Amino acid sequence: MQEFLQQIVSGIASGGIFASLALALVLIYNAMGLVNFAQGEMAMLATFIAFTLVDHGVSYWIAFPVTLVVAFAGGILVQRIVIRPVERAPILTLVIVTLGLATLVNGVAGFIFGYVPRSFPSPFSAQTVNLLGAFVSYRDLGVIGVSTVVLLLIYLLLQRTTIGLTMRAAAHHPEASRLLGVHVSWMLALGWGLASAVGAVSGIMVYAFAAAVLGGIESPLGAVVGGLIVGVTVNLAGAYIPFVGGDLQLAVALAIIIAVLVIKPNGLFGRPSVRRV
Amino acid sequence: MLQRIRTAPPRYWLVVVVVLFFAGFPTVISSFQAGQWALALILAIAIMGLNILVGYSGQLSLGHGAFMAFGAYASAILAHRYKMDYLVTIPIAGLLTGMVGFLFGVPALRLSALYLALATFALAVVMPSLIKRPVGLTGGVQGISLPPVVVPQLAKDGFTMLTGSAMTSDQWVYYVTFAYALVLFWLAWNLVRHRAGRAMRAIRDGEVAAAASGINISGYKTLAFGISALYAGIAGSLLGLATGYISPDTFPVSLSIQLLVGAVVGGLASIPGPLLGGIFAYFLPIESNQWVPTQTWIPSQIVATVVKAGPAVTYGVVLILLMIFAPNGIVGLATAGYNRLRRRLRGAADRESGHMPPDPQTV
Repeated sequence: MQEFLQQIVSGIASGGIFASLALALVLIYNAMGLVNFAQGEMAMLATFIAFTLVDHGVSYWIAFPVTLVVAFAGGILVQRIVIRPVERAPILTLVIVTLGLATLVNGVAGFIFGYVPRSFPSPFSAQTVNLLGAFVSYRDLGVIGVSTVVLLLIYLLLQRTTIGLTMRAAAHHPEASRLLGVHVSWMLALGWGLASAVGAVSGIMVYAFAAAVLGGIESPLGAVVGGLIVGVTVNLAGAYIPFVGGDLQLAVALAIIIAVLVIKPNGLFGRPSVRRV
Repeated sequence: MLQRIRTAPPRYWLVVVVVLFFAGFPTVISSFQAGQWALALILAIAIMGLNILVGYSGQLSLGHGAFMAFGAYASAILAHRYKMDYLVTIPIAGLLTGMVGFLFGVPALRLSALYLALATFALAVVMPSLIKRPVGLTGGVQGISLPPVVVPQLAKDGFTMLTGSAMTSDQWVYYVTFAYALVLFWLAWNLVRHRAGRAMRAIRDGEVAAAASGINISGYKTLAFGISALYAGIAGSLLGLATGYISPDTFPVSLSIQLLVGAVVGGLASIPGPLLGGIFAYFLPIESNQWVPTQTWIPSQIVATVVKAGPAVTYGVVLILLMIFAPNGIVGLATAGYNRLRRRLRGAADRESGHMPPDPQTV
């Protein structure tokens, strides 16, 4: 039982990470109806920037916001330079462009930072604390805490402020928003910046896809819930199904994606899409 | 017959020239280079499959490397465990992969372009670890080593008779690949010009309109998936023949991306596109490494990093620039250039004869 609880808690910890990346995907999707395949790579680049700062003796608590600002600016820059020329192109073009971006960013990161994996120093200690009979490391708690705060801030920004409203309007009804004086193109750029800043908090792509699809790709709340479910499911499957073990956890994520798409294509929190004929 | 040959449009002559070129030139290049071109043709076959799916039927797949892996492993397992002749296993592997693709096409029906991209991408990511699991069947991380390629006596004798030199195994692999490429490209050409191809394009350009015209949407969409996977399966199987060894790492996610890059660069929804795309996708990473300066004063570490990062960076930049400036790829550029040239020539001839072409806007 304690083992089981333990697995659930560490599942929630990784689920928090999946949730924040899934949220980044959802934000981009809401901001321009597009999934950014370069999200993972952009997050990696941001992590490397943070790593370099920390490596040069900058305190983690300064490096963290600096990285967020850099990622935000990077996201806007990418949108203005690369995405804007193909803004009106078919979805296939957009997907291919973001794939090109992923390859490019990956290559550039390899070029600058090399291909050797490095361990990232965590500001939280690896010591564990006994919580309801399960041992949780401060590191996991820290990740969950930071993710929660970020997710909450994003949610408030999008749902409770004028700028959030304008952003959502620009994505859903570009023409109408433009008529009402919304600077649509910049709102989309802002969405990109925001998404890459959120993505900068974490990494790992397929799980995030699974989480976003499970929650319903338009729903921020769904992304969070989906992330937690995926985290726990993958962890439990890895621990209790011998066939899955450590290295087939990815396949579990794929199975979740396919199952959701076949059984409930709009996800848990998505609304059924209605098509005008 | 003679009349038909005399009135054949220029593009038929182009096809004849290209086919003769690919049939003849492995005899004048080194055996190693023939092996390289075989790999380029293999990529071209897989890209042709992807092209049928993406270019003609409008469904996006980021996971065709996974289908290649399936085909390669089907062949390798049949040849390795059941001691079948590898050449016999190639069409079997193609058909098996086609069936798997057909099955994958069924849930894919429910998905819009974006979701399909996600699902196939996940497939490509998961495939290597899925292969590793049944160790008894696939050899796990170790992969499967295939028996060395034996050149049949008949091919050896024929080659010696024509060229006067002995046929190497690389050259044999090249010609096997070439034969498959020829047949598969011909089939694709027929497919897209006839009923099924027209139906697929109609679905791509407007699903509702196509359905209203009585086209069986789900039937043709899954059919496209199946055919596309069949091409990828044969390509994967040929890859096993060419490299003599396959492992899960032969089919990383980047292979799927490479195929998509090739399809886009060559030109989607065209028949020559995948051939150009295959050549591009295979040779770009190799050639871009050779552009790296190797002066001794540059630390070898930096050179090594550039060599490693170069292809990815070049791929990314080329992909983005092409999508922005030439979304129809090399073939699109060539067609546009040819048309412009022809218009200009015709315009000049018309001016000389005093004949004015009809104004298209007033017709």
